[in-house]
Amino acid sequence: MKKKINFIIIFSLIIFIFITFIIGLNKNSTYTTANITNVNIENFKSKELFSDEIINFINPNFKKKITILNIWASWCLPCRTEHEFLINLSENKEVILVGLNYKDKTENAKSFLNELGNPYEKVLIDDKGLISIELGAFGVPETYIINNQEKKIIKKYVGPIDEIKSKEIESLVKS
Amino acid sequence: MKTINKIFLFLITIIFLANTSYANLKNERVDKISKNLRCLICQGQSIYDSQSDFALSVRDLISKKIDEGEKDDNIYKYLKLKYGDWIVYEPELNKNTILLWILPLILFIFGGLLIFRKVIIKLNKNNV
Repeated sequence: MKKKINFIIIFSLIIFIFITFIIGLNKNSTYTTANITNVNIENFKSKELFSDEIINFINPNFKKKITILNIWASWCLPCRTEHEFLINLSENKEVILVGLNYKDKTENAKSFLNELGNPYEKVLIDDKGLISIELGAFGVPETYIINNQEKKIIKKYVGPIDEIKSKEIESLVKS
Repeated sequence: MKTINKIFLFLITIIFLANTSYANLKNERVDKISKNLRCLICQGQSIYDSQSDFALSVRDLISKKIDEGEKDDNIYKYLKLKYGDWIVYEPELNKNTILLWILPLILFIFGGLLIFRKVIIKLNKNNV
């Protein structure tokens, strides 16, 4: 009788640990953007790449429907591949594109844009990467879609913009 | 004249010491906080261990927040708000993690009781 009780206790303990592991393994522990979408965008100011002026990110001149904030750097290879899609997006009349130049050298950033074209209305400099961390980013490239009226981040893309993502952004702009 | 020089030297030393000790204390705090933060782009390393751009920026941010007079708790809270609970190594006590915190205690008490009972039985047998 006692042996049976001991067996039941140990058996149920093993089952319990097993189930806990299964649940733990199935739980998603990778980074998701859920924390930072649909929240208000915090204003920040920084130096502009070409004019050297210190400007606010949330700017009264940004009267268009959507702001796309793109974090990029000249040393980042995926930024090169997404560039043509950004140029296409910048042609949309309801969109304003702002670049955030992440930990980069000013000359390199300028020659990158001279070479590939400049889709950005303004390029703000983030030389220490602090603004990006405050935005909840963890690398380059990253793209934030911001609703200008509500000043809310409606979507965030980690990694380069491709054809599918760019179509998604265009349908977000239309809706 | 000499006394003035001495006072001057003394003041400079004090200012120098105060500065270095502030810098040391601050660095210790940055180290302590960053050891408890997970580097999200380099799994298996903490922000303290990693030399990635992300980790370096987070360390800069922690040091900036300390300069602004923020407490450790607030810095953790701020980063959790931006990157989720996953960024901290030590999980908070909430309904999802209660088992994690309590289970070792339960097992400890359970095991203790088991050993205690065995010992008592053995002692009783010996006495008889």
